[in-house]
Amino acid sequence: MIRKSWWKILTAVLLLYTFVAGLLIKVPHVGNLYGSIRNFFFHVPMWFGMMVLFTVSVVYAIKYLRTSAVSYDIYSKEYAKAGIVFGLLGLVTGAIWANYTWGEAWSNDPKQLLAAIALLIYAAYFILRNSVPDMDKRAKLGAVYNVFAFAMLFPTLWIIPRMVESLHPGGKGVEGNPGMGSGRDLDATMRTVFWPAVIGWTLLGVWISTLRIRFEQLKEKQSSHA
Amino acid sequence: MHNCKSLLLLACTFFAALSALAQSSASATSPANNGFMRSEAKINVVMVVVVTILAGLLIYLVRLDRKITKLEKGENF
Repeated sequence: MIRKSWWKILTAVLLLYTFVAGLLIKVPHVGNLYGSIRNFFFHVPMWFGMMVLFTVSVVYAIKYLRTSAVSYDIYSKEYAKAGIVFGLLGLVTGAIWANYTWGEAWSNDPKQLLAAIALLIYAAYFILRNSVPDMDKRAKLGAVYNVFAFAMLFPTLWIIPRMVESLHPGGKGVEGNPGMGSGRDLDATMRTVFWPAVIGWTLLGVWISTLRIRFEQLKEKQSSHA
Repeated sequence: MHNCKSLLLLACTFFAALSALAQSSASATSPANNGFMRSEAKINVVMVVVVTILAGLLIYLVRLDRKITKLEKGENF
């Protein structure tokens, strides 16, 4: 599956569509966003992509714990890596956007802080792994920590953000959505670009992960032959 | 080979679509309209720029994918 090309072509088509339509469709007028509301097709899919990638990562972590098959550990850590990249991009693009709409790049807003914490927890996953010299222990410890790190996404991304007031869309007072507002944020025209964008960006994350996985597996094969 | 053709087809489709966009804006007769790239709201320029970046990234990924495939098949690098 990871060597098939159909879903990679789909990725290219969806992203091309996102970039073209995302910049050219008519967008609603929301607050002081003006044209920057188009960031919706780029900043938000980073987070959706991250969530999917971290979910795939934890699934493989659990598979590893159940079977001790090294390939599952490789899958798990590479998806986590891509997840962190997407999350970082989401955080940075959010800060850029906030700089011009909220007044400052970092406002210690609850969602900003909690998202950063979630990412730091995943960063610690890699620090933990690299601190263990024995490969099997590394994989096992890593897999257990991966489950913990994923569990921490629940309070940081989905529970607390629903409950508190925030500059960020969503949160207390807005139907309790953790990150997206209602009504015009999910304008019908924007939706026609937004969901394909989410799929396209997520598939891109998957593509990059699978390339790294194949590379790591090649290295693994070479070192076991040597 | 199959990927080459699809990518080429994709590129052709894209540029065809682009020219269709140019047609619709050329029909307007406002003074601020000087064609696709020179119209007042320079968003079209932004779009071409980011699509170029996207194309560059996708080409990089395709080449990397092929390189790894070659390695996996045990062919020479």
